[in-house]
Amino acid sequence: MTILKVDKLSKHFGGLIAVANFNVEMEEGELVGLIGPNGSGKTTIFNVITGLYKPTEGRIYFDGKDITGMRPDKITALGIARTFQNIRLFSELSVLDNVKVGHHLRLRSSPFAAAFGLPGYKREEEEIDRESVRLLERVGLADVAQEEAGGLPYGLQRKLEIARALATRPKLLLLDEPAAGMNPEEIRELMDFILRIMEEFNLTVFLVEHHMRLIMGICPRILVLDHGVTIAHGTPDEIQNDPRVIEAYLGVEEDEDA
Amino acid sequence: MDFNMFLQHLANGISLGGLYALIAIGYTMVYGILRLINFAHGDIFMMSAYMAFYGISLFALPWYMSFVLTIPLAAILGMAVERVAYRPLREAPRISTLISAIGVSLLLENVGIVVFGGRPKAFPRPPLFAQEWNFKGVRILSLTFFIIAISCVLLVGVFYLVYRTKTGRAMRAVAWDFEVARLMGINVNQVISLTFAIGSILAAAGSIMWGMKFPQLLPLMGVIPGLKCFIAAVVGGIGSIPGAMLGGFLLGVGEIMIVAFFPELAGFKYAFAYLALILILLLKPTGLLGKVVEEKA
Amino acid sequence: MRKQIPRILTIISILVFFLFLWWAEANLDPYLRRILNLIAINIIWAVTFNLIFGYTGQFSLGHAGFIAIGAYVTALLTLSPAQKEQSYFLSPCIWPLSNIQWPFLPSLILGALLAGVFGILIGIPSLQLHGDYMALVTLGFAEVIRVINMNLQSITNGSLGLKGIPEYTNLFWSWGCAIFTIFIVWMLGNSSYGRAFKAIREDEIAAETTGISVFRHKLMAFVIAAMFTGLGGGLFANLISTIDPNLFSFLLSYQVLTVVVLGGVGSITGNILASTIYVSLFELLRPIDQPMTFGSLTIPGRPGMRMVLFSIIFLVVILFYRRGLMGSNEFSWQWLFSKLRPIFKRRRMEQGE
Repeated sequence: MTILKVDKLSKHFGGLIAVANFNVEMEEGELVGLIGPNGSGKTTIFNVITGLYKPTEGRIYFDGKDITGMRPDKITALGIARTFQNIRLFSELSVLDNVKVGHHLRLRSSPFAAAFGLPGYKREEEEIDRESVRLLERVGLADVAQEEAGGLPYGLQRKLEIARALATRPKLLLLDEPAAGMNPEEIRELMDFILRIMEEFNLTVFLVEHHMRLIMGICPRILVLDHGVTIAHGTPDEIQNDPRVIEAYLGVEEDEDA
Repeated sequence: MDFNMFLQHLANGISLGGLYALIAIGYTMVYGILRLINFAHGDIFMMSAYMAFYGISLFALPWYMSFVLTIPLAAILGMAVERVAYRPLREAPRISTLISAIGVSLLLENVGIVVFGGRPKAFPRPPLFAQEWNFKGVRILSLTFFIIAISCVLLVGVFYLVYRTKTGRAMRAVAWDFEVARLMGINVNQVISLTFAIGSILAAAGSIMWGMKFPQLLPLMGVIPGLKCFIAAVVGGIGSIPGAMLGGFLLGVGEIMIVAFFPELAGFKYAFAYLALILILLLKPTGLLGKVVEEKA
Repeated sequence: MRKQIPRILTIISILVFFLFLWWAEANLDPYLRRILNLIAINIIWAVTFNLIFGYTGQFSLGHAGFIAIGAYVTALLTLSPAQKEQSYFLSPCIWPLSNIQWPFLPSLILGALLAGVFGILIGIPSLQLHGDYMALVTLGFAEVIRVINMNLQSITNGSLGLKGIPEYTNLFWSWGCAIFTIFIVWMLGNSSYGRAFKAIREDEIAAETTGISVFRHKLMAFVIAAMFTGLGGGLFANLISTIDPNLFSFLLSYQVLTVVVLGGVGSITGNILASTIYVSLFELLRPIDQPMTFGSLTIPGRPGMRMVLFSIIFLVVILFYRRGLMGSNEFSWQWLFSKLRPIFKRRRMEQGE
C-alpha cells in the first residue's frame, strides 16, 4: 500500500530553485535512499514533507491523506517522524526525558490535571515512563538514561534522536544523514540498526545519506538529486553505472570511503 | 484647522521626525550588526543631554562649546558600553546580551537619578534657536527649522558614510555576515566600536536638539523616546538605515498629526507607536523597507 | 517507604513554616511582616516569570502589565463605595464598580482570571515573535496597559490612583498563595507538559517535529503565568493599600527579571532565594539612601543609591555569573542528606563506633 506519495514537488527560495519537480512513491515497509552532492536539495525535501516549509508547487500525500502545508506537529501526529542532519536534541534534558517528549503528543490529560497530579494524569505519566524506558532498552541506550543528552558521545546522540523519533510511533521515518561523522565500524552497526528497527517497529524509511557504502548496502531503491533535479532513480547497480550520477559526483565517491 | 495651522503642525512633525530618525539609526545600526536591541541607547541619549547641560551650568562653557564637546563624550560612552557590557558576551546566548543591555540601561538610569537628582532641569535654549519666524502666516520657531536642517545634514552624512566609503562598506559587510567579514580581514571589533560611536553621536545631536525643543531634563527621559525610536526602526525595516529614517519621520509626523486632529487622544499618543509596531510585526515583519528573506531551516 | 521520605519531609517543613507564620503574624512588628509579605509576593512573580522564561524559553517583559491588572481588579472590587467616592473626585467612578464591594478571595480570583484573559490577548501576537522582538512587544503591551490605566479616569481614577485599599493581605494569604504557586509550577515543570516546555526552549524546530504544538504550549505557559502573576498583583495591592498606574512600569518588570537572573533562570529554589535576598537587601540598604553619620564622618547618601548598587550587582551577575545562584538546579532532600552524611559519619567515627 502506498504510504507516501510526493507529486511534482518544487521549492523555490526567492530566485533560488532548491527542488524542481521531485516525485516519489513509497510502499509500506520500503527502504528508499536519497543521495546527491551537498546542496542538492535533499534536506529541503525532508523539510517540506515534514511541514517545516511550504512547497512552491506540488502536493504530498501520506497514507492517503493530503498533508501539503500542514503544521509539522500535526504531520508528526499522523505518523511521520524525522531526524536532522545537525543533530537536534534537547541537550539539557536527560536521555530519558528526550524520549518521553516523544510521547507527549498522545497525552490526553489537561495541564490542569498535570498541575494537580490527578490520578488520570498520573496513570498516563507512569505509562510514558514505562514505554520510554522500554524503548531505550530496545535501542540500547538504557545505561545512559539519566545522562544529559548533550553530553553523550556523537554516535549515541544519533541513536537518541532516532529513539525520540520512534517514541512518536511513526509509520514513516525520515533519516537525514544519520551516518555523518561515523567510522566504517559504526556505519556497519548503523546499517544493522536501521534494518532491525524497521522490522521491529514496522517502519517505512526514507534515508538521505552521503556514505555510499551505507546507501548501496541497504537500500533496494535509490533516487539521485543534483541541484534540485532528480537525475536518476533505480537500484544500487543501476545508480552506480549511471553516467549522469558519476558526473554529478566526479570523484566524491572515493572520498566517502576514506 | 486652517492651512497655516496645518503647515505649522507639519513642520513640527517633521522636526520631531528628524529627531526620531537620528535616534532610530543608532538602534538599527547596532541591530544590523549584533542582532541586539541596544536598550541602553535611549539612556545614552539622556546622558548626552545632561552632559551638554552641565557643560553650560557647571563648567560655564559657552553653549556652542558645550554642545560640540558633548558629541565625542557621547561617542566614548557608547563605545565603553559596548566594550564592557556586550563584547564579553559575544559567545554567550543572545538573550544574555539582551539582559545585559537592560542592565546597562538600568544602571545609567539609576546613576542619573543619583547624580542628577529626580527634579527636572531646564535645558537652555540659546537665542539663536528661540526666534519666531513667520513665513507668510506660518509661525514656526527657528529651532524647528534648525532641527530639520541639522537632522537632514547628519542623515545625509550617515548615508554617505555607510554607502559611499570604504569604512561604510566594512560596516555593511559585518552586518551581512559577521564571520565572513572577519575572515576577509575586516577588524570586526573596530567596526562595531565605530557603529556604536556613530549611533551615540547621532543620539547626542538628537538629544541636544531635543533638550532645546522640550527643555525638561529628567533621568528617565530617554526611556520612552528610546522605545519609540526602536519601534520606528522596526517599522521602517530593522537593519536598514533608510528604513530607520523613514520610520522616524513617519512616527514624528504621525504623532503630531494624530494629536492635532484628535486632541482627545493626546493621552494615548504613546500607545500609537506600539500599535504601529504590532501591526507591522503581524503584517510585514521585515518592516516597510526591509527585504523578505525566507530562512532555511 | 524510601520514596515517600522526601515528600513527608516537605510536608513537615511546610507545616513548621506555617507555625512560624502564625507566630510571626501575631508577634513580629509590622515592618518585618511587610517584608515577609513582599518576599512571598516576589516569589510568586519570580516563579511565574520562570515558567515563561526558564522553562519555555520565551523572553517576556510584560510582567508589570499582568501585575497591574491583578492589582487594579482586586483593588476596585475590595474598596468600599465610600472610599471610592472620596478618591474619585475628578470624575466619579462608574457603575457598577462604584457600589460594589467584594470579599478578598473572589476579588483575587477575578483579578487572576482577568490577568489570564489579557495573557491570551497579549500572548497571541507576542508569542509569534522571537527573542528581542517579543521582549519589546510585551514591554510595549505592559506600557500600553499603564497608559490606558492613566487615562481611564472613571474606572481606575487615572494618575490619582487608589488609596485606602483594605489591607487584607497577611502572611497566610501571601505565603499560602506563594506555596500554591510554587506547587503548581513545580508540578507542571515536572510533568509531560514541563518536558514539552523545556523541549521548546531547547529547540523549537525539533519540538515541532516531535509532535509538540509549539505555539499552543507557549501560550499555555504564558497564560498560566499571567494568571498567577495577576494573583500576586492582587495580593500586592491589598498589602500596600495605595496604588497608582506608575507603580506598574517597566521598572517593575525589570525588578522581576533581576530577581530571576540573580537566582538562576530555571530554578524555583533560585527564585525563592533570590526573592528573599533581593527584598531583604532592598530594605536593609535603605540607610544608604540617606546620609549616614559615623562619629564625625558623614557619608552623603542619595535616594537611588540602592538601585545603583542593585544595577551593578545585576550587571556583574549577567557578565560573570550568568547562571545565577542556583543555575538550573533545585534543592532536594537527597542533596541535603549527601551534604550532611559526611558530618554524621565523622562524628560516629570520633565516637569510636
